[in-house]
Amino acid sequence: MNINSIISEIEKVDPELYEKLDGRRAAMKSFARFSGKVAVAALPFALGTMFNKAYGQTPSSTVIDVLNFALTLEYIESNFYIKGLASSGLVPSGPGMNALMTIRDHEAAHVNFLRTAITASGGTPVTFTASQFDFTAKGTFPDVFSNYDTFLAVAQAFEDTGVRAYKGQAPNLISNNDVLTAALNIHSVEARHASHVRQMRKARGADVKPWITGNINGIGAVANGNYAGEEITTQAGINLVNVNGFTISAAAASEAFDEPLTKDQVVALVTPFFA
Amino acid sequence: MKEKDSVNQILLNETSKKPIDVSRRNFLGYIGGASALILTAAACKKDDAPASNSGVNLGSGDVGVLNYAYALEQIEAAFYTKVFQSVYSGITASENALLGDIRDHEIAHREFFKNALGASAIPTLELDFSTINFGSRDSVLGAAKAFEDLGVTAYNGAGKLLVSADYLTLAGKIVSVEARHAAYIRDLISNGSFADNTALDANGLDMARTPAEVLAIAGTYVKTKLNASNLPTN
Repeated sequence: MNINSIISEIEKVDPELYEKLDGRRAAMKSFARFSGKVAVAALPFALGTMFNKAYGQTPSSTVIDVLNFALTLEYIESNFYIKGLASSGLVPSGPGMNALMTIRDHEAAHVNFLRTAITASGGTPVTFTASQFDFTAKGTFPDVFSNYDTFLAVAQAFEDTGVRAYKGQAPNLISNNDVLTAALNIHSVEARHASHVRQMRKARGADVKPWITGNINGIGAVANGNYAGEEITTQAGINLVNVNGFTISAAAASEAFDEPLTKDQVVALVTPFFA
Repeated sequence: MKEKDSVNQILLNETSKKPIDVSRRNFLGYIGGASALILTAAACKKDDAPASNSGVNLGSGDVGVLNYAYALEQIEAAFYTKVFQSVYSGITASENALLGDIRDHEIAHREFFKNALGASAIPTLELDFSTINFGSRDSVLGAAKAFEDLGVTAYNGAGKLLVSADYLTLAGKIVSVEARHAAYIRDLISNGSFADNTALDANGLDMARTPAEVLAIAGTYVKTKLNASNLPTN
């Protein structure tokens, strides 16, 4: 399957395609122009933009809004790890520092990827700079950049909340396959990060597993909102505790499914982290 | 998806097989999905190999995608169940506890799909784990890593095939847990490899695989012949 084949097939269904695209040559030129501008990985977005143009459907503002929401969260995470790793004496060198650098680099890559995707979809990406954040969350975590355990606790909350935020937005992307898949591909990376940060905390004595048990957060009451709702053990009306005669505890049933958060819930949770 | 009229069949299947909340969003989702299917079927027909029509039919539409997930969860749950029939030598208390958690999660996933699919569920698959040495930590963890990473790419690739937003959310609830598993297993094998470049691309994104790609890899462990030819492709 290639772009010519796709255009040919659309032409059969919609003979006026070329008028909408100002001719095949213009269409291909338009495509080449896009592909020259954007990273290879973002090509699906460019393709989507071209057809959206032809059919008069600018990428829905919903999709752009979701991408900018995701971008905002990635900016928070990215700036958090950049500042943490730049804080002298905070992160001991060794495997932990390496892991946090890996995570920091992923978050920065997510920022760049989302900015490219939003621009290619005809939207305007939001921009944040370091001075716009307050990672003490208005004094809730005063030692976040001087106490490694506090830093890791906040990292866990960000990662777990990021997972919940992406999950909550997936239905809003259901009409846009490329954006949905990209969002899912970021969503699972945030879960990998969360798993590792939880293992780092466990190694330092926190009572957490790589997965979320009930709504227990191992951070304290201040993070209760980030985990509210994770405790459910029934999915789509099916109670998973001892389901079909298998020994499944309530803890395991809750761990087996991560729960989404709405945009409003996430915004409320991250608002204190803005200066 | 070989013929355009299969789209109508999917719509029929969907409406007859599961309760649907016909909200405006779902309805638009159906229409959008259907036109995408027509387009893809036509554009891809020329270079597609003829699909097999024998074997256990996963079905079409969302039911097909859920059966596909059910098949994968059957593999994972059976694998971890077998791990605990005789744990590998040298297993630590922590590994024993957390791998036990993973077994329970996978069983919960499997039984969830079985119950959710009801009469549309495929039967229990015949599996073959003879290539795995269950007495060896390296062999068990290597297989676990392969299953978990594969599960992540499978769910990531399946999201766009779903029409129902509710099923999409459910798939999302499961995939992040598979990713947590994958990261943990990877760290057991080599600490710090939870999200390395064997799993992620240069943009820091996990990858997505099509059902055909996933089933070709999983096929090593499945003796039952599966027919995925009616699954949606877009």
